Formats: sequence, structure tokens, C-alpha cells
Amino acid sequence: MTVSITPQVHRSKFGVYQVVQTILGVLFSIYLLWRIYDVFFGHPSYGPDTWARFAISGIILGSVYALIAIGYTLVYGILFMINFAHGEIMMIGAFGGYFVFEALKNIPAPTALEPNLNFLNAHPIISVFFAFVIGMALAALSGYFLEQIAYRPLRGAPRLVPLISAVGASIFLQNAGQLLFGSQRRDYTNPVILSRGAGWNIKIGAGIVTVPYTGILTLVLTLIILVSLYLLVQKSRMGRAMRAVAENKTSASLMGIDVDGIISRTFLLSGALAGAAGVMWGIHLGLVYYFVGFIPGIKAFTAAVLGGIGNLPGAMLGGLFLGLVESLGPGIMGIDFQLKDVIAFTILVLVLIFRPTGILGEVLSEDKV
Amino acid sequence: MAMLEVTNLHTYYGNIHALKGISLTIEQGEIVTLIGANGAGKTTTLRAICGLVKTQGGTIQLESEDLNPYKAHQIVYKGVSMVPEGRGVFARLSVSENLDLGAYSLPDRKTRDADLEKVFTIFPRLKEREKQIAGTLSGGEQQMLAIGRALMAHPRLLLLDEPSMGLSPILVESIFSTVKDINRQGTTILLVEQNAQMALTIADRAYVLESGIIAMQGKGSELLEDPRVIKAYLGGQ
Ligand SMILES: Nc1ncnc2c1ncn2[C@@H]1O[C@H](COP(=O)(O)OP(=O)(O)O)[C@@H](O)[C@H]1O
Ligand SMILES: [Mg+2]
Repeated sequence: MTVSITPQVHRSKFGVYQVVQTILGVLFSIYLLWRIYDVFFGHPSYGPDTWARFAISGIILGSVYALIAIGYTLVYGILFMINFAHGEIMMIGAFGGYFVFEALKNIPAPTALEPNLNFLNAHPIISVFFAFVIGMALAALSGYFLEQIAYRPLRGAPRLVPLISAVGASIFLQNAGQLLFGSQRRDYTNPVILSRGAGWNIKIGAGIVTVPYTGILTLVLTLIILVSLYLLVQKSRMGRAMRAVAENKTSASLMGIDVDGIISRTFLLSGALAGAAGVMWGIHLGLVYYFVGFIPGIKAFTAAVLGGIGNLPGAMLGGLFLGLVESLGPGIMGIDFQLKDVIAFTILVLVLIFRPTGILGEVLSEDKV
Repeated sequence: MAMLEVTNLHTYYGNIHALKGISLTIEQGEIVTLIGANGAGKTTTLRAICGLVKTQGGTIQLESEDLNPYKAHQIVYKGVSMVPEGRGVFARLSVSENLDLGAYSLPDRKTRDADLEKVFTIFPRLKEREKQIAGTLSGGEQQMLAIGRALMAHPRLLLLDEPSMGLSPILVESIFSTVKDINRQGTTILLVEQNAQMALTIADRAYVLESGIIAMQGKGSELLEDPRVIKAYLGGQ
């Protein structure tokens, strides 16, 4: 028997609820269509180059959201809990990369032509590689210990209990970050070839659109990570074990699968992805501080819910979608760009109220025979 | 040396005393059945053998080795596989992925293809459905899958928890004859059943469990004729 994870209240309550939902949906769609018509054909406020700029930044940001969102979804898929400290894991990854760059910046690597050259700029590829390795490793370990300390002892408790523990862990990690690294915002010093603002220039319409190298790096790495993750989950022995544990822990242990071990590895994996996202965030947007994981964390959570929590492709698409909505939405709806966060959170609230199973529907189901 | 020797086993769920000191022995090559009413403690007995519930008193020995120190996921490496009540197939995974997971405890992949062929010989239906998602199989097919999956681990002792549950009489017949075949090929079997008639017919020996206590035991054929068994479990006078 297949049972939906989320309470069925919303679907079975036929009547007022669904009528309101449908009316609101239709009204909003009409509004959106009118806005899209207006900004593109009626009274175009921006040229195609500006829209392209919006879209590019949206796709880049969206791919980072996707990486973080996958962490929420992997953990939810196995433990049916929201790891609210996941954004802080990303923060730890971002700091890992930051300190690698800082350290390498101080290692001199002079050449005959450039006596002041440092390691960071002499070997940018190796430096970036190190930043990701260290950032991902730190975040993975943090995720691992987070589970050991904050969640494992609460296994078997009512579902609200680990959730509260997660919120506590999130606050704890933020404060620990503030104590360790101070509350100032630090600039991420990239290798010069990855300077912010540097990029590919493409002529679109009347203007020149720059595709930043940091963004290209982010996209390429995200793509590599997503493909590897897909292969890991779908094709490997460990991935099969993960899916088995997600579905039925008793049966999984009867197969000889060490369920606790798989749960640990899931936290390592989702931590590593969040760490990669943190380093990308630092390299692409340039700032790191103790609170840096909070907003992307909530946004990625939105993305995961949007795609149907527990659903891997859903998290990827949800992340991309959210990135695009954030970057294109204010322009389309004619509102202030400062309000892009409001858009994301409005979506979260609306999805949670009207469609808690996510846009892609409930792919996740649990065998509760 | 007995294949399995359970001695004075006690188990609790909270303060429910589910097993009150049961003892049973299974010899190499036997089919032993454990029958009893709903709630008697049959599933709990199997779960205790597999390490899925803690035992609080008594011992479980597999070929003289105490199983107590092992966790559930380690028991299968000892040669014990269980087909759980309600089948417990991975409904979202394909038939072939389910079978692969059955062989999870055998890191040596060399025998996998041969094992798969063996399972498909026993259950040709599974071969037809190889790529299908397990949740879309019929109840009987899921039972075949659960048994096939357990066989993939090369068990020396196979525990079956009510394999006939929810199946049509024809399917029950065929599942039981399959169980008999599996046993003939060398696997020792502990069969839990509510369908006492069928179970006693194929079993070498049987135990009757009543409220956590072994109430009767004997040869399958003897219990089939025992008036108390007939009255309580075979629906006769
Ligand atoms: N998870 C559980 N929690 C509490 N009590 C349980 C649980 N599982 C079984 N029991 C109780 O233990 C006793 C034995 O159950 P079980 O072994 O499932 O019986 P059977 O398989 O013979 O029907 C019953 O009284 C049942 O109510
Ligand atoms: Mg039972």
C-alpha cells in the first residue's frame, strides 16, 4: 500500500478550500500573463540585454539553490525530517573555501616576471580545487557530526522533536560561527582570473551582456556534481542502499544494509553538496559571514518543497525555478528588486498552504504495510 | 548441532510480555512451522531471531553461535534471511533492483547472474516483470519477489512470515510447493503460518504458539491429527 507522506487533509477537504485555491490560481495566472505581455510588448521597461542579464544571474543562483536543496531532500527522503541547520552547513563550507584562499594568498610563488606573485594567482586552478575540497570536506564532516549529536539520539521520537533540535542546531552553529569568525562580513579574495565582473561578453540587442567567469565555474561544477549524484543514487550499490533505506528501514536491514551507516553517509553527502554551494556562493557573490547560510538555506528549502520534498529531480528543478523567479520576477511584476526575497518566501508559504506535496506531486511515498 | 536453537526466549514491547520463555530447535535441512492465532507472538519470534527486536532473556544460537551480539543487518551475513510479514518489498524500486538488494550481503558479484537465473527458474513471473516497479506487482508476485530476494543472499536458514497471507488458494498452493522445493535444495526453513492445514502438511515438525508460550510441539503429521489442534486451528470438530 502506498501512503502519502504529507497529511491528506488538503486534498480530501473538498469544497471551499479548493474553490478558493482555483479562483486565486486563475486570477494570479491572468495577472501574470498580463504583466508578461505588458513588460515585453506593452510598455517594455527593459531591453533584451537586461532580461538576459536577469536570466543569467537567475540560472547561476538557481543552480546553487539546487545544490543546497538536494541536501534537504536527501535527508528528508531518509529520515522524514527537515534539517534546518543545513544552511549553516553551507556557511561552514563557505568559510572553508575562504580560509583556503586566504592561506594560499599568503604563500609567495614569485616568478622572474612577477616577483610579487602568490600561490593563489600562480596556480588558480589548484587553488580553487583546494577551496572546494576543503569547503566540501568541512561541511560534510559538520553534517556528519550534526546527525550524530543532534539527531541520532532522537531517532524514534515524535517527528516534532528532531525538528526542534534542528532549529536549535541552526542557531548554535550561527552563534559558533560568530564567535569563531567574528560578525564582520569578509570579502572572498578570488584568484585574479576569477575576479568578480570579469567574464564572457556577449552582444545581445543594444547592449553587452557579461557572463561572469565565477558564474560559469558555478554552473559547470553544479552540472558535474548533479550528474555524479545521479549516477551515485541510481546506479551504485550505495545509491541503491540509500533508496532502500529511504523506503523501508526494516527491509533494508534484513538485506544486510547498515541503516545507521547509510544515514551517516547521507549526511556526509548532503553536507558536501552544501559545502560546494557555500564555496560557490563565496566565489560568485564575494561575501562570507556567520549568517551567510541562512537566507540561501531557507530559499533552498523553498526550492525543495516546491519540487516535492524527498524528490531529487524536483529539488534540482525547484532550485533553478526559484533562482529564475527571483531574478525575473521583480522585473515582470514591476516591483522593487529589494523584494526578491519576499517573492521567494511568498512562494514558500503559498506552496505549503495549497500544495504541500510540491509542484511535481508526491513522487515520494512510503511503504507502510 | 542444531541449525537454530532458541532457549527460554523472552521479549517485551514496552510492558507487553510478548514472548514468555519459548524454546525451539531446528535441525539442518528441516521445515519447521510455527503456528498460532493472531497475536500469539509468531512474528515477534522471527523478529527476535533476525535481531529486529531486543531479547530480554534467553538465547538464540545459530549452529552453536550466540546471535545476541549481532545487529539486524549483520544477521544476514550469518546465513539467516527473512521474508517479512506483508512482504516488505521496496515498492518504488524495480524487481531487478529488489533482487540486487537481496544480494547486498554478498559483495562478491560473481555468483549474482547465476543466482538471478535460479530465482527466475523458480519464479518465471519475476523474469517477465524484471523491469517493472515492485509496487505495481500483484500480491502474489510481490510474495514471489520477497522470497526470491531472500534467496539471493544464499541463506542457510530461511524464515518465512505468513507467505500465504492475502493470496488466492491456487497461489497459496503454489507458494507452498515452492517452499518445499527450496527446502529440498538444501535450505532449512522456519515457516510461520496461520494457514495451519497447509503448514502442517509440508512441515517436518511444528510448534504451536499460544500467547507467547509454546503450547504444543511434534511432527507435522501428528499435529494434523491432534484433536486439540483440529479444534483450535483447523476449524474442525
Ligand atoms: N510494535 C509493537 N508494539 C507493541 N506491541 C506489539 C508490537 N508488535 C506486536 N505486539 C504485540 O505482541 C504480541 C505478539 O505479536 P506478534 O508477534 O505480531 O503476533 P503474531 O505474529 O503471532 O500475530 C501481540 O500481543 C501484539 O499486540
Ligand atoms: Mg504476525
